[in-house]
Amino acid sequence: MSQPQLETSPKVSDEVRKTTCYMCACRCGINVHLKEGEDGKQRVSYIEGNKDHPVNRGVLCAKGSAGIMQVNAPSRLQSPMKRVGPRGSGEFEPISWDEALDMAAGWLEPLRKEAPEKLAFFTGRDQSQSFTSFFAQNFGTPNYAAHGGFCSVNMAAAGIYTMGGAFWEFGQPDWENTKLFMLFGVAEDHDSNPIKMGLGRLKERGAKVIGVNPIRTGYNAVADEWVGITPGTDGLFILALVHELLKAGKIDLEYLALRTNAPVLVNSDPDSAEYGLFLRDKAGKELVIDKRTGKPVAFDAEGVEPDLGGTHRAKGITHRPVFHMLAERYLDPKYAPEAVAEQCGISAGRIRKIAAELARVAFDEAFEIEQEWTDFRGVTHKTMQGRPVSFHSMRGVSAHANGFQTCRALHVLQILLGSVEVPGGFRFKPPYPKPATAHPKPHCKVTPGAPLDGPHLGFVHGPDDLALDENGHPARIDKAFTWENPMSAHGLMHMVISNAYAGDPYKIDTLFLYMANMSWNSSMNTGGVMKMLTDTDENGEYVIPRIIYSDAYSSEMVAYADLILPDATYLERHDCISLLDRPICEADAVADAIRWPVIEPDRDVRGFQTVLVQLGAKLGLPGFTNDDGSAKYEDYADYMVNHMRRPGVGPLAGFRGAGDEGGRGDINPDQLDAYIKNGGFWMEHVPEEAMYYKPWNKAYQDWAVKMGFYDAPQPYLFQLYVEPMRKFQLAAEGHGDRQPPDHLRDQIKATMDPLPIWYETDQTGNEGFTVNALTQRPMAMYHSWGSQNAWLRQIHGHNPLYVPSKIWVENGFEDGDWAKVSSPHGAITVPVAHMAALNENTVWTWNAIGKRKGAWALEKDAPEATKGFLLNHLIHELLPPNGDGLRWSNSDPITGQAAWFDLKVKIEKVAAPDEALPKMGEQESPVGTGPKALAWKVQ
Amino acid sequence: MTTLPASTEKKLGLVIDLDTCVGCHACVVSCKGWNTENYGAPLSDQDPYGADPSGTFLNRVHSYEVQPSEGPAQLIHFPKSCLHCDDAPCVTVCPTGASYKRVEDGIVLVNESDCIGCGLCAWACPYGAREMDQAAGVMKKCTLCVDRIYNENLPEEDRQPACVRTCPAGARHFGDLSDPDSEVSQLVAERGGMDLMPEQGTKPVNKYLPPRPKDTWEEVDILAPLLEPVAPEADGLLGWLDRTLGKVGGK
Repeated sequence: MSQPQLETSPKVSDEVRKTTCYMCACRCGINVHLKEGEDGKQRVSYIEGNKDHPVNRGVLCAKGSAGIMQVNAPSRLQSPMKRVGPRGSGEFEPISWDEALDMAAGWLEPLRKEAPEKLAFFTGRDQSQSFTSFFAQNFGTPNYAAHGGFCSVNMAAAGIYTMGGAFWEFGQPDWENTKLFMLFGVAEDHDSNPIKMGLGRLKERGAKVIGVNPIRTGYNAVADEWVGITPGTDGLFILALVHELLKAGKIDLEYLALRTNAPVLVNSDPDSAEYGLFLRDKAGKELVIDKRTGKPVAFDAEGVEPDLGGTHRAKGITHRPVFHMLAERYLDPKYAPEAVAEQCGISAGRIRKIAAELARVAFDEAFEIEQEWTDFRGVTHKTMQGRPVSFHSMRGVSAHANGFQTCRALHVLQILLGSVEVPGGFRFKPPYPKPATAHPKPHCKVTPGAPLDGPHLGFVHGPDDLALDENGHPARIDKAFTWENPMSAHGLMHMVISNAYAGDPYKIDTLFLYMANMSWNSSMNTGGVMKMLTDTDENGEYVIPRIIYSDAYSSEMVAYADLILPDATYLERHDCISLLDRPICEADAVADAIRWPVIEPDRDVRGFQTVLVQLGAKLGLPGFTNDDGSAKYEDYADYMVNHMRRPGVGPLAGFRGAGDEGGRGDINPDQLDAYIKNGGFWMEHVPEEAMYYKPWNKAYQDWAVKMGFYDAPQPYLFQLYVEPMRKFQLAAEGHGDRQPPDHLRDQIKATMDPLPIWYETDQTGNEGFTVNALTQRPMAMYHSWGSQNAWLRQIHGHNPLYVPSKIWVENGFEDGDWAKVSSPHGAITVPVAHMAALNENTVWTWNAIGKRKGAWALEKDAPEATKGFLLNHLIHELLPPNGDGLRWSNSDPITGQAAWFDLKVKIEKVAAPDEALPKMGEQESPVGTGPKALAWKVQ
Repeated sequence: MTTLPASTEKKLGLVIDLDTCVGCHACVVSCKGWNTENYGAPLSDQDPYGADPSGTFLNRVHSYEVQPSEGPAQLIHFPKSCLHCDDAPCVTVCPTGASYKRVEDGIVLVNESDCIGCGLCAWACPYGAREMDQAAGVMKKCTLCVDRIYNENLPEEDRQPACVRTCPAGARHFGDLSDPDSEVSQLVAERGGMDLMPEQGTKPVNKYLPPRPKDTWEEVDILAPLLEPVAPEADGLLGWLDRTLGKVGGK
């Protein structure tokens, strides 16, 4: 029989252009294949991973491959628009860019002259924060942040304060050498492909994976051991592991003595005004007892051998090492496995087994790498000691009101095992590690007509660094860096609208948002927020007078803006993935990347950053204009190449000077071409001697200075005990000039503990609501973006509430049933589905599948708009009243992190309504709806 | 009726590791993208932005819950595409000869110009691996990226199916299952690779590596001291410090 003749070597495409993905926050390298379409224009024909790229090494997830359906999505905004109907209606009129920029400048110019704080500029899932914050700083408003406050600030801040970096962008497991990997609750795009690649490497070698998560999907589905923990108890579980390890002496004493503040001496006199603070020398350096002399010396003195056991009495005050305090606290039987088992939903035997395995792998499977290195005390070590246990964690433990302390507890566990920055353990990615002391402090001093006095966001080291005005009132609209949440390093975007609406701490004029769906899935209390955005005062004016919004797509938030500045899609614009911002480095290499217009927009849209460059020039902001008043930069690409943040340091670290300098160097006018030629990224390897022990390794510190991460070596100790937290407690106890309001004293004393604690989150109003309710992000979706994508919505178009067997049976649920789910704040009626691989007292659903009718160019009977739902309706930004006349924030009292995952609900079976409840009305689509059929082939 | 070749020179196929697949759908979409643009008619979508979107996919990931008699429930992600069977019933049932199995490598293909869209092959396939494209009216199925694996316009390292190249967890492997020394055959031997529904007698070329045993730490004797305390509790903190810090060389 004859076979057809096949062309097995067809032409793949006309051209491949290499850029950076933006289908989620992971920022993989992509090869965009282009073919000439019927109209003679180059069109995207296929997207695949870039094999040379450090983040994804050729692989690409479902979102990335579906990018082609994003750049041709019918939801793309077409031109600038001004609102012509009431807010929320979605009625707009297209306008020109000149008119749009005139309108924006007309609103903003008077604010800058008189009261810059009346502009609140918040930028959502922005990947250009070093630039957008530069705009805000030049404008002079203190009211700037991105979305970290409602995402994972607990993880980031706890990591920086404890060890100079957290997970994901800060560091990664040593995938090639780790033998036991423990994963705590994680949004599966934090980070996306590298975690999957890493899991694959572990599976290849048969290394063990422990997944700690109430829900067994995704990474937890492939975990060898699944720990279906009760939500919000991770900290207690971790401290029980710490208890077991301490009790058995299975801790790395040498590491603790040399690399951490375990030997640092602490004032132990309860009557002293410095009770709980470190003993320091005149230069302010922490003191330790040197084993060689028995005398206290600076921690970094040449050749010092810090003593974990020594106490010291000076001026009648006893000082104990942190190690004593730590041991005393966690040896307490209240952290014994039996004491925590029921609350955590994990048997005492299993907790013991996990502790024993951590100890066995860390110590019995320890190994050494033959690599000499010299530490910051001048001591040279012949080898590098490996401890092949590693951890990863993100939002699951972060988004609770006890999340900061839980994240701290996890880092303390890693450190006790001696498994951070060592072979087989957890490794930082340049420009991390970087201790809290090497980061800026927050700045909030407003001068009309002039820039702010420094960067908005940063790390506080005591009450003096809070963002308070001269009367002690919050300086920022989101009340970041106040006594309510002193360490709110990422701001509190989730509080901006409710505070602006309440005029508390003050009223604003213009709310300027970028890429944040704040009228929908990015806000707690969605219905309430929609009312705040549309409510009018006694004069019939909107309570929040003006809203400017930039987005590439017709999201729910578009309908609530007065002026729309349409953004380009990620394949049509310039971007820089900068070391000054959220880096994409690997533990072995420093790297940054660009996006560039691999296709031209076919609409009247502009990259948002270019719009800010233009607006900055129009407003005459100093960073955006030359001395003669002319525009400093033509567009964002011009800024990326020609902006200098510090001498020799710009947004892009690669191909500087004559094109051969990395890190520091002069401006290279051909820099972007060099990036494009190199596949859209730049990478330089960490020297062999500097690969591990980075915080203490002379070779690494010197390389980091050469690269421009900082201007002088910054060796430091891991902070098992975080002294700045103690300073806030001291203030709450009455010490010092800057004093908290009385109603916050108890909260500060209880939660700002300098050693990790676990506490149950505030259960006020939760009587009768006993079931934990969570959301997860599907791996094939990113926030609300996936539903506009014709391919991805076929994978995740529905989001039932998944119910565990026990609750399923108790309620007599059957397939196709619906349930009313209520919380102290509200109720929703939604479809349910059974899931057995789930904590028995937890329900959950996929995040942000539910859509408002009229948004995202979907038809109004799309399942996302009829059966899809948000849990957000059940979550309030404030806790229920507790009778003290105050309303307490539903957030972590240390960082202000939105406590999404503290939600408790009750469930009852109800008759199926025609659509999910509550119905949230409709918005006009400014872009219509998509076509009835698709067969995308460029030919 | 169409006949199958008596034997094929190679048996190209996939080995899919169910212990590693996290269910991310990367393979599903990469396949959709490549095969929309390449072999035959594009993979179309109907009502893509409406109430009931549906489209042609040559590879889909299903998720199944398993509830073992002991231990917690498990979730298995199960990617499924054409298994390029040796005894492919979809080929023998084809009335026009459009469906065929290639002699040189065993890939089962549909010659779209001969396909009349009768759907008999989809009915005959016990795996549900074929999909009728609603726009083109022809039967679509996994081609094992026959237009990639030999494609001289691609760098050699890229000459593998799109789903394999893109899989982030490395759960998909491609090779010649007729060669016992090939990496895929070795994997099958080491990990106990299995046929899908062998009772159907289709002799699938693709193999699945089963999930490894899970949750073995569930059955722990609570009374067994797993970690030995360094000091009796009665000695208190000082006793603990003494003994812990006194250990030779520490730990």
